[in-house]
Amino acid sequence: MLVDLRILRFDPERDEKPHWDTYSVESGPMDRVLDLLHQVKWEEDGTLTFRRSCAHGVCGSDAMLINGRNRLACKVRVDQLGRRVSVAPLPGMRVIKDLVVDMEPFFDQYKSVKPFLVNEEPEPERERLQSPKERARYDDTTKCILCAACTTACPSFWAQPSFVGPAAIVNAHRFIFDSRDHASEERLEILADEDGVWRCRTIFNCTDACPRGIHITQAILEVSNAVVERRG
Amino acid sequence: MNALASLRLLLGYRGREGMVAWAFHRISGVGIFAFVVLHVIDIYLVGGNPAAYDELLAFYASVPGRFLEVVLGAALLYHALNGLRIILIDLWPSMATYHRQLWWASWIIFVAVGVPGMIIILRPLWNPGPGL
Repeated sequence: MLVDLRILRFDPERDEKPHWDTYSVESGPMDRVLDLLHQVKWEEDGTLTFRRSCAHGVCGSDAMLINGRNRLACKVRVDQLGRRVSVAPLPGMRVIKDLVVDMEPFFDQYKSVKPFLVNEEPEPERERLQSPKERARYDDTTKCILCAACTTACPSFWAQPSFVGPAAIVNAHRFIFDSRDHASEERLEILADEDGVWRCRTIFNCTDACPRGIHITQAILEVSNAVVERRG
Repeated sequence: MNALASLRLLLGYRGREGMVAWAFHRISGVGIFAFVVLHVIDIYLVGGNPAAYDELLAFYASVPGRFLEVVLGAALLYHALNGLRIILIDLWPSMATYHRQLWWASWIIFVAVGVPGMIIILRPLWNPGPGL
């Protein structure tokens, strides 16, 4: 199938603003958008710049705006999109070049919620045990691969980039509800801030964009409820 | 990011039911606020300028006035029903799984309540009572 692939290009050394370039590429029956990008880069225009690493939906490097929705280029099959495919960088982020965006602010927000186990008790001889039920409480939010598809699909984030964003809240949820962790209070305090959970407007773009199928809006609301219960 | 850039992203992103529900909620909210302002003004006119008040009431009863009333009723009904949907999801986060079904359910109630309401508002246009 011959596909019209439109890519939003931007080279800060040459362009004043981004522009669309269109490439005619042949797509095989099982090709993904990433395969088309490879075809362009390897056979037509070596200057095309994008991130990718594992190419199998695990590393989260190649999140981009594909036909108007945030998706991983390595997980979207071209035959499900049709003959016209448009690819742009993640919305609301500073573009460094072509499809590469500056992820630093995203990772700063991620770090702000202390996404690591905090437990000052003396280390046990073996692992810190928890029941299967305690483990299941936060299972869904352990799946995050930090691709930023959720945060950059959120209209609240577009309007207010200081909003900590869905991805950071998901990663806070992963530890807030972990029975072995002792810093839930601290994280809830951080997320009770004006740029915390209250900026969520239950729009569900994050849940729709997540390539791992995490119930993100539900996780955010569980954290909001925990903030309220803590104050009550 | 400025408001214009944010609006451009909003119009360019192909959000699904949740985003459309939120956009309608915002638009209906702004519409309802505009009506409240208008209502404050028309009530002021009762004492401030009774002749203008009578003119405004006559406009409300006219054909375009009644169609605007239908739009106002639709905005109020949608805002209330979607508000209930949001409250349900807020209080019971596990309901988030069914947010699409809840949205479609709210449209069923919207039509069931809205259509009779619309008929009541528009009926005087084809069946004028003694007061019209």
